[in-house]
Amino acid sequence: MISICCKKLKRCHIAVLFVLFITVELCSNRPCQARVYIDINAPYLRKIPTAIPIFKDMAAKQKQAQLAKMLSDLLAETIKFTGFFKILDRESFLEDPQQAGLLQHTINFKNWTDVGAELLIKGGFQYQKDVLKIELRLFDTFGGRLIVGKRYTGRLKDHRRMIHRFCDEVILRLTGHPGIFNTRIAFVSTTTGNKEIFIADFDGYNPIQFTNTGTITLFPAWSSDGKWLAYTDYRRRKPELYIRNIKEQRGTVVALEGSSITPAWVPGQFALAASLSYEGNPAIYLLSGNGKIMRKLTHYWGIDVAPTWSPDGKAFAFVSNRSGTPQIFIKSMENGEVRRLTYEGDYNSSPQWSPRGNDIAYVGLKNGHLDIYLIGVNGNGPIQLTREAGDNESPTWSPDGSLIAFSSTREGPSRIYVMNANGTNQRRLLLLEGEQTNPSWSPRLSGD
Amino acid sequence: MTKRFWTGLALLFVIPVLMFAASCAKRPVTSEPGALTAAEAEAKAAEEAQKALEEQRLQEERLRAQARRQRREREEMAERERFLNEDIHFEFDKSRLLPEAKEILRHKAKWLMAHPDISVIIEGHCDERGTNEYNMALGDRRAQSAKSFLVDLGIARERLTTISYGEERPVDPRHNEEAWAKNRRAHFVID
Repeated sequence: MISICCKKLKRCHIAVLFVLFITVELCSNRPCQARVYIDINAPYLRKIPTAIPIFKDMAAKQKQAQLAKMLSDLLAETIKFTGFFKILDRESFLEDPQQAGLLQHTINFKNWTDVGAELLIKGGFQYQKDVLKIELRLFDTFGGRLIVGKRYTGRLKDHRRMIHRFCDEVILRLTGHPGIFNTRIAFVSTTTGNKEIFIADFDGYNPIQFTNTGTITLFPAWSSDGKWLAYTDYRRRKPELYIRNIKEQRGTVVALEGSSITPAWVPGQFALAASLSYEGNPAIYLLSGNGKIMRKLTHYWGIDVAPTWSPDGKAFAFVSNRSGTPQIFIKSMENGEVRRLTYEGDYNSSPQWSPRGNDIAYVGLKNGHLDIYLIGVNGNGPIQLTREAGDNESPTWSPDGSLIAFSSTREGPSRIYVMNANGTNQRRLLLLEGEQTNPSWSPRLSGD
Repeated sequence: MTKRFWTGLALLFVIPVLMFAASCAKRPVTSEPGALTAAEAEAKAAEEAQKALEEQRLQEERLRAQARRQRREREEMAERERFLNEDIHFEFDKSRLLPEAKEILRHKAKWLMAHPDISVIIEGHCDERGTNEYNMALGDRRAQSAKSFLVDLGIARERLTTISYGEERPVDPRHNEEAWAKNRRAHFVID
């Protein structure tokens, strides 16, 4: 079923997705011409005031006000999700979007600079016989120039994908890095009464139950090609490691005594690290994607758990109680050296190495509360990202390193939240029956 | 247990009825109307009384034996219940055995010695504080601590399996010290 719609979609995109303004496209392809509007590495970002008026209905015969609002709101919500933009209130706009033009030479940019907009996204659409055509343009209002323009054609049900495609373009042009709008988040939910893994779009939309173990399922982890999910479940009455292909009904169970937990895929490889206790105590091992143990990576008689790889795969961080309390350590795969990273507090756990490589997000227990902290790989910091809002656990990075999803009990039951990597913009990702924990952000998924 | 009890009870009723039926059946054979002398009758009566007395003694003996058996079964059941219900508890973020836990484990070892056919699952549990992942590893260590102690006391390693449940299966769902103390435990289940 899924593969059928994917095929259809692929055909759609290849056939009809084309660039409206060839000159603009060519121009901005040259790096010398590209201007970075947003520096995603800056520690504190100023949100860019952006106007997104209601899309213009270009099929003059039938007015579809509801569809116009739905599409323009979706674009605004999607672009806002990054935390890079301040979406301006449409009430303050000076022109009627159904009358105003969509093209550069027909836009009075002063109308937009006057309301404080620095960026403007204009959209037009036609919807006839279940064929939806959307054209979208991003303008720099002060420069009075077009930054990106695209037209998409597809079925109505593809509208999210079309909007996401455009937003990915926008982010790429403004930051120089691809966006995260084609990513998903796996998490554990008790919706069915058991702990099962669900997978939703990056924005929490469309959560779908992925496992049906009827028991406890934990620690979902995506392979770096986005095709495999490793996790722990109790189907056979003990915590065993499962490695499953997401689209095809195949996979492996790593049948071992003891606890097989906290898998973490090696970047760019069909291999993963996990904490296994079959030899007596939980230690980190390297396994092939087929579940074969390749070698033991940590050697200590106590607890070693929760590995996370550096983006280049040359080191991994993990939790160990080798210094008496749970602390985060880094082991180099090049020289085998282990060094302690965290010194503040007596309980630090759940490290997650940032995709940009320089920071590690983790959970610290202080004054009876779990909070998320950020520490430099060189030991700089730490910075506290959550505070006075219940217990906050299981940080997971968006693949561009700009956002962190996590679970929190700030509203009572545990739910999934998202924040910018500097701790700002904390908001709930989705509302679902039961409690949600263990979020895991996918890499960018292939363009189906 | 209840089944055995009811069978016993049924037997209690059935035996006297059978005896009564037997004595009834004999009577027409031994008695000839008007043929018994007084002495014969007396001797017969004495014999009958002696027999009844003996019967009663045996009956009481049987009842005492049964009561003993039942008491033993009750005790055995209580020991088994205690083995299953008595958890050992741990300090926060620790898997070392406290003196009280060791005392409980010694008692469990004795019971395991007396029941060599029984295999056991030791579950390690944590309170809700701390992280999901670390608690899973900590639960593993707690179950292992209990297992190692029992192995040192002479219980065969093969009879003891450990499973960590981390913080996934609290006995007390509340969020306070009292609940946390109860939830930091190793629990024993017969395999």
